[in-house]
Amino acid sequence: MLMTSEITGVIVMFLITVLLSYPLGKYISRVFLGEKTITDFMNPVERFLFRVCGINPAEGMNWKQFLRSLLTINMLWLVYAFLLLLFQDKLPLNPDGNPAQTPDLAFNTAISFLVNCDLQHYSGESGLTYLTQLFVITFLMFVSAATGIAALVAVLNGLREKTTQNLGNFWMIFTKTITRILLPLCIIGAVLLAFNGTPTSFDGKDTIVTLQGDSVQVSRGPAAAMIAVKHIGTNGGGWFGVNSAHPLENPSYFTNMLEMVMQMLLPLAMIFALDFYLKRRKLARVLFGVMTIGMLLLLIPTIITEINGNPAIAKMGITQSTGAMEGKEVRFGPAASAYWSVITTVISTGSVNSMHDSSMPVSGLMQLLGMLVNAFYGGCGVGILNYLIYIIIAVFISGLMVGRTPEFMGHKVEAREIKIAVLVTLLSGFLVKGFTALAAYMLVQHANAAWAVQPGNWLNNPSFHGFSEMLYEFTSANANNGSGFEGLGDNNIFWNVTSGFVLLLARFLPIIAPIAIVGLMANKKFIPESPGTLRTDSWTFGMMTFAVIIVLTALSYFPALALGPIAEYFSLQ
Amino acid sequence: MKKNLSVSIKLTVAMILLCAVVFPLLISFIGKLTPGSGKGEKLSVNGKVVGYANIGQQFTGDNYFQGRPSAVDYNAASSAGSNKGPSNPDYLQVVSDRIDSFLAHNPGVNKEQIPADLVTASGSGLDPDISPEAALVQVYRVAVARKLDPQKVNDLVYRHIEAPLAGMFGPSKVNVLKLNIALDEIQ
Repeated sequence: MLMTSEITGVIVMFLITVLLSYPLGKYISRVFLGEKTITDFMNPVERFLFRVCGINPAEGMNWKQFLRSLLTINMLWLVYAFLLLLFQDKLPLNPDGNPAQTPDLAFNTAISFLVNCDLQHYSGESGLTYLTQLFVITFLMFVSAATGIAALVAVLNGLREKTTQNLGNFWMIFTKTITRILLPLCIIGAVLLAFNGTPTSFDGKDTIVTLQGDSVQVSRGPAAAMIAVKHIGTNGGGWFGVNSAHPLENPSYFTNMLEMVMQMLLPLAMIFALDFYLKRRKLARVLFGVMTIGMLLLLIPTIITEINGNPAIAKMGITQSTGAMEGKEVRFGPAASAYWSVITTVISTGSVNSMHDSSMPVSGLMQLLGMLVNAFYGGCGVGILNYLIYIIIAVFISGLMVGRTPEFMGHKVEAREIKIAVLVTLLSGFLVKGFTALAAYMLVQHANAAWAVQPGNWLNNPSFHGFSEMLYEFTSANANNGSGFEGLGDNNIFWNVTSGFVLLLARFLPIIAPIAIVGLMANKKFIPESPGTLRTDSWTFGMMTFAVIIVLTALSYFPALALGPIAEYFSLQ
Repeated sequence: MKKNLSVSIKLTVAMILLCAVVFPLLISFIGKLTPGSGKGEKLSVNGKVVGYANIGQQFTGDNYFQGRPSAVDYNAASSAGSNKGPSNPDYLQVVSDRIDSFLAHNPGVNKEQIPADLVTASGSGLDPDISPEAALVQVYRVAVARKLDPQKVNDLVYRHIEAPLAGMFGPSKVNVLKLNIALDEIQ
């Protein structure tokens, strides 16, 4: 009885998202095709922006020019954000008198939000000021999401034409992503949040005397605007330290549904946008199908294990009628917390409404797998780009199996493209496993190194779970996810610098690679589909891609996973 | 390259204005029209503010309903969960101690009547709610401490059970602060 309403809640959240994302996908496709839309009243604003900034929106770019523009502006944001965080204590809008960030923390924070990851090695209440919350964090949340979507639109432009050099104008696509997609959705979301209890005022901390007579300070701030874009742009960094578990950041089951729908909306809509933009309905359906199956395979075990509760607590004789509650909030319950933990890891949001460090081992495993795949929907824009890399590899392998030249959408896939795809895939494994090994080495061999948090003290849990904390941190950085096993003492030079580099590499190489691949392919002669073509929009090929994903992720990370969540699972039985 | 940089700078300034100034100010302005004027909904007793409806607070005495264990002792200026893993032996010892302490303060209650949310720390450390079971199991203790009829306290708890959203979605819950304010009023 109790659990029924919780399961219904999860199903309804998912259905609402799918229902809303379909028309949104159609709308997004119309925006980038330059067709009439209901937001055409933004035309004068955009024309003004283009004129002031010296942008000619009609000017096409080839893949190299497109990437050059994208990377230039991104590097500029990195410098800007780093400087602001370093001097935030001297700047205005700091009612709580919070200090500046240390250089290594500012380096990590600036990169983390630039790359749409939002790992946070600080707590929002004390680590930022209202100025940096808005001018660094909220700003980067918009522009990093728009960067990801612009990269996807470039790829779609390349796939759309038979033979072309032109992937579109980066500045134009980027600007329209913000004015036509992100801002309108964020305004709706933020207003709904504000009317349901999320604060919007610039007032600083409040001091109250509680009912039993304690004096308590309460952190607040203009959070609603930031929380809207944190989810719409699949960013994930919280206003408050505990993110969407905080009762002001996510005050009720209703806001929880709202934030859940908001974060999943664009990743789903981009799949449907692909359908309308490329006129490839079957491909979009297979994509949606494979991704949904993948997501459900992670979700169902997570919900079951969280509802069943912690076996170690059951042994003490406690009835866990409300499931495993450590690190969870009563207003969400175990099912909605489990749903959130899986969605936030498969789509790279990384916001949390429960503490993942306290999840059951099976859930931790599913969260890690969701991030390692990073393409069961995936982040807004970049999810489909990641999936495209898997498709290229699947095309190559199945081409070898049936003895045909690999082709994708009428273009030959040759050695150069495949090399790029394979390199990007191997990079993930190298970053995640290499750096986790380095962290484990430091922990054991240099436990007393004189850092802000000594390696010997940076784990919050012993044994297998402690290893999972380190593995999770680099997996999250590599997936540009941002959630964490937050027990990890990560605000010190080792974690700030290493995860900063992982973040940079794991963001920009997977954006550069698909644009380069499609740029190279689109230059080639178009080959019309014939009965001899290996069809990439069939369910058989979808399952082939799925198998490639399993081999490249689940299997290649199995040894690491076995040392962490899998070992912990068996130790609890 | 030079042109890229100049466009980048100008577009960045424009987007800062749009996304970090205009957008938050607009939301902040609309927020003034919301129930708590965008500052969070407060609860008062006899005109004196005693807390925020959505932010849990600490209750230590036997004469109040108690909320969930908190990793930050309900310090609302720094939220946090315990981040303890499910197999951590120290953590399991803490849970076991909480069970013993609860049994000591609530004579007549059996172990299997204690719901898990009363012995596990919340995600935020500021959870304002407990499950209905967690409120009901404390009724007898509170009634004895206040020399009230347990039935009366029991009825009060039932009146404070908030049903799932639209009666269909999510768990039922009890807001501890609201319940305790009502408890003070029947004295």
